Amino acid sequence: MLDQGTDDAFVAFERVQKSYDGETLVVKDLNLSMPKGEFLTMLGPSGSGKTTCLMMLAGFETATHGEIKLDGQPINNISPHKRGIGMVFQNYALFPHMTVAENLSFPLEVRKIGKSDREQKVKRALDMVQMGAFGGRRPAQLSGGQQQRIALARALVFEPELVLMDEPLGALDKQLREHMQFEITNLAHQLGITTVYVTHDQTEALTMSDRVAVFDDGRIQQLDAPDRLYEEPQNSFVAQFIGENNTLEGKVLEMTGSDRCVVQLDDGQKIEAKPVNVEKAGDRTRVSIRPERVEFNKDRMQEGALTLKAEVLEFIYMGDIFRTRLRVAGNDDFVIKTRNAPDQVRLTPGSQIEIGWMPEDCRALDAS
Amino acid sequence: MTDATSDPDKIEAPTPDNALRAADAADGPMLAADGTPLKKSLNRALRAQKLRALLLIAPLLIFVLLTFIAPIVDMLFRSVENQIVSETLPRTTRALADFDAGTGEIPGEPVYEAAYYDIFLASERKEHTRLGSRLNYEQTGASSLFRRSGRGLDDIGEVYQDQFEDLDENWDEAEPWAEMMGSPEWLNAQRGWTEEDGAMPEFELREGVAEVLPKTAEFYEIFARFTQVEDEDSPLEEEPWSMVHTALYQDLAAGDVSGYDGPHAEMLQAADELVDSPDFETVSFTDGFEEVDEDWADPEIWNTIKMYAPPYTTGYFLNAVDMEKTVDGPQLRDEDERIYGLLFKRTMFMSMVITFSCIALGYPVAYLLSNLPARSANLLMILVLLPFWTSLLVRTSAWKVMLQQQGVINDVLVWLGLVADDSRLVMINNQFGTIVAMTHILLPFMILPMYSVMSTIPPSFVRAARSLGATNWTAFWRVYFPQSVPGIGAGSILVFILSIGYYITPEIVGGTTGTFISNRIAYHISSSLNWGLAAALGTILLVVVLVLYWAYDRIVGIDNVKLGG
Repeated sequence: MLDQGTDDAFVAFERVQKSYDGETLVVKDLNLSMPKGEFLTMLGPSGSGKTTCLMMLAGFETATHGEIKLDGQPINNISPHKRGIGMVFQNYALFPHMTVAENLSFPLEVRKIGKSDREQKVKRALDMVQMGAFGGRRPAQLSGGQQQRIALARALVFEPELVLMDEPLGALDKQLREHMQFEITNLAHQLGITTVYVTHDQTEALTMSDRVAVFDDGRIQQLDAPDRLYEEPQNSFVAQFIGENNTLEGKVLEMTGSDRCVVQLDDGQKIEAKPVNVEKAGDRTRVSIRPERVEFNKDRMQEGALTLKAEVLEFIYMGDIFRTRLRVAGNDDFVIKTRNAPDQVRLTPGSQIEIGWMPEDCRALDAS
Repeated sequence: MTDATSDPDKIEAPTPDNALRAADAADGPMLAADGTPLKKSLNRALRAQKLRALLLIAPLLIFVLLTFIAPIVDMLFRSVENQIVSETLPRTTRALADFDAGTGEIPGEPVYEAAYYDIFLASERKEHTRLGSRLNYEQTGASSLFRRSGRGLDDIGEVYQDQFEDLDENWDEAEPWAEMMGSPEWLNAQRGWTEEDGAMPEFELREGVAEVLPKTAEFYEIFARFTQVEDEDSPLEEEPWSMVHTALYQDLAAGDVSGYDGPHAEMLQAADELVDSPDFETVSFTDGFEEVDEDWADPEIWNTIKMYAPPYTTGYFLNAVDMEKTVDGPQLRDEDERIYGLLFKRTMFMSMVITFSCIALGYPVAYLLSNLPARSANLLMILVLLPFWTSLLVRTSAWKVMLQQQGVINDVLVWLGLVADDSRLVMINNQFGTIVAMTHILLPFMILPMYSVMSTIPPSFVRAARSLGATNWTAFWRVYFPQSVPGIGAGSILVFILSIGYYITPEIVGGTTGTFISNRIAYHISSSLNWGLAAALGTILLVVVLVLYWAYDRIVGIDNVKLGG
């Protein structure tokens, strides 16, 4: 998955492996390269190896095999304090015995920066996160969101070129989290810092990142921009993990072109789909369709849409959208989403309808 | 989107704080729904809870009060209590009020007279030796002086007793004395009394006898009551003490008995004539005392009695700080008699050394414990706790085996050739031995609080420091160590306070140079029986600990001390 040459990459993982116990690999053959200034998110379920990768980059874990390069230099044997990487920890790790200003001043002090310089930089960093008035307080006197900002300011105050963030918003409530997502991305782009961000929250990953690396089972399943990740998942794990997804299981009947194949669903119906990682007729496949791409209103259905019969099982009113659960081709969990518009029809459970979608929105993925 | 976090002090929504502020701003107190003040109805609601909480702790509270607080208060009280002198020698104390101590002169005859009666009575009650040992703390020799005087003072009274007896045999009989002094009602009751009646009828003076023979009446009454209560004998059968004869002589010499018309008037008249006659042999109290012991003619004993006459004294405390009461006020003792100052200083110094060596040895262990995986940490913890499961005496004795000159360590050193056989190291029965043994014994008390604090420090702090550019050492010193200080503080307080009052280990391995103040306190409690001094030393120790605790609170803050969690 080397989509860029590693020569001009700012951060590069090359065939990195990591094992804690000598028996199982937590990270399996990781290859990744990031250009300068990119905001990259490592997304994945817990235990997928994303935090381990971050810790290897920060220097708190050593790679069992492979090389990690920063700005072209291998850093495997450089100790963390010499890497000059800013890091924001999950629980902020603000030093409780120091004031906010002392916390920020700490990385400058250990770099032997003069006092007036230090004060200036601390002030600038605090202003940057709108916490200028809080320099004299202790971390314990701050709210979660404020601590988060201080942690961010501390990671940035010594002007690192690379900042790592380990689920920094996990402890905040939803509103604050959304607000901070916005602030962090803004700040990162303004300052032009390269950022590696770890999270298990896909919304966070999609809204914040330039690119997202989806981790599972110690591997990067897909590394792409958020929109491509959502709209063009490369395998069924990514399709399932990112956003909501309907799957219909079946078998490839024939490959009809470079981007079309015919799939026979398990109940015998045949549909057209776009083959993504199926190779030949006879392969088992999972066909993936996003709920919002499914239409049941005949008037709106586009030319060339393929249609299937469905039975309405449940109608859920969710405010801005309606969520309707259907039975389609033997699958009871087929969900469609429709916008709450004045002319929108509310389906009644038990009614038989016909649904349709464009074949290009329907992706035939691997069956595993 | 508005930012709710940037200005936390201006929350407009109803919060508990805002409600309270609103209440402050309003005119009256806040009212509950039924119109009673909110505070009052809150108190009422909480009262049942408080009562239940109190009941739950009541057994422990009572237990602690009875078995811990009360004895301590009693012990503290003993450090100033000094009623024994004024209680045993009430007349002497009064007579000495005018005596000017420090002039180098002995007091006048009235003091000796009072002392005669007091000591005579005390010796009958067998209290004079107790007083003697009390005064012996202040003046060496007082104990034997009082013991001798208890017997010797009989000589004075016998002079008069013999002469009266020679005059009339009846003066040595119980019955005539009783008839003369006792009221007729009492005499009848006492004569009719048998053992089945239970308690004897209490002696009553005959009306008028106290006017004619005041001293005789006073002391006969004391004698009679004493005989009845203490000896459980009838005064009708017991001849009075020789002291009563002395009193009789004094009364007869002082006044006229012609007004006396009670029983045995002629016998008394004859005695009066005898006393007035020039042949009658008398002896002054002063001479009598000097006869008993020459020390009574020395003003020192009187100075001592006068100084310790008040019911409360600073004497024990002065003693405890190597001072003594003199007629010119408190003064430092001679250099060769000072021991407590040295002992206090040594106790402090050694406790500090022990505390510091516990920190030095315990910190790395606690650090390791809190950073190991749970399994190995548990194993190590068992090793730390192992000493707790062994008897203190066994551990201390084991150190004796290890450290003595023919002990394990010396043997090994000699075997290795590091030490010559004839110059084996002296490592026990001195300060070194005490410090080694006590550091070992108190180490768990240092490790446990440190461990409990360190295990709450998340590893992300040190990681954060390292990622911010700190070296291993800086990260430890600037970030980890300050957060472990509360543990060090808690452990230090614990170890220091425990060691300052430690007794068994210094007693066994301390020899003479390694003993603590507590060993001296124990000596005074169990051997010299000078409880007052022991109490004074204990009080000083307690005050020192409280002062240190207070200082620690001011400097470090007791809120920063964590024993657990």
